Amino acid sequence: MVVRELSDADADRIFHALADATRRDIIARVAREGLSVSALAQHYPMSFAAVQKHVAVLHRAGLVHKERRGREQVVQARPATLRRAIELLEAYERIWRQRVDGIDRLLAEE
Amino acid sequence: MPVVKSYKDAEALTLTVVAEFAAPVERVWQVWEDPRLLERWWGPPGWPATFERHEFVVGGRCAYYMTGPGGERSRGWWRITAIEPPRRLEFDDGFADESGEPQLEGTVIHGVVTLEPQETGTRMTIVCRFDDAAAMEQMLAMGMEEGITQSAGQIDDLLG
Repeated sequence: MVVRELSDADADRIFHALADATRRDIIARVAREGLSVSALAQHYPMSFAAVQKHVAVLHRAGLVHKERRGREQVVQARPATLRRAIELLEAYERIWRQRVDGIDRLLAEE
Repeated sequence: MPVVKSYKDAEALTLTVVAEFAAPVERVWQVWEDPRLLERWWGPPGWPATFERHEFVVGGRCAYYMTGPGGERSRGWWRITAIEPPRRLEFDDGFADESGEPQLEGTVIHGVVTLEPQETGTRMTIVCRFDDAAAMEQMLAMGMEEGITQSAGQIDDLLG
């Protein structure tokens, strides 16, 4: 289940990368299929350069990789890193859901 | 289902869980205030908690351990930072070493619990803030341990 150990800096980069709505949307799109930066840029009301910057943040966090195809850079999601980031947030939520269920059972007993 | 909603803020490293119980505020407060009730729900499945110290006042400390399926113990501590019975509790929660002393380098989670009366009972909101992503990483290790020790019946409860 553990994909690999992340350093603190890795984890910080992942959370920073995922904190932005545009970057989350980019990930959702490139998780389905690899897309060039220019194809991605058509979906957002911002410049090509701005989209390129978002892709760079995702790349530094290890959430996407880039591949040169001819004159274009194709962006693809790296599911293993993404899964790890989601696991971090969900693990603690799961603990709390179990605690809440425990409180509920306790209150029902009395 | 008692959990009505939850949200995660990846930037602020915050988890919020909102739950509703069919019981008055005073009774929900009791499950935090009474250590014998608290220890019946604090530990993950298969890891019951035992509170050896429980000082429910501002600046008060709590010390507990959770006993795993193989008899191994995992120790933790709380420090109460604000308390307004029966509506609000703020505390820091961290791991402790074998003697129960807080681990200086360890994870600290800042928790805020709010209880509000509702027509049908009580709404409990828990906001947990992590100091850094490494703290969340440590919690993940615990989450996985819990996944392994869960019995089939408990997994059914979660899915149902």
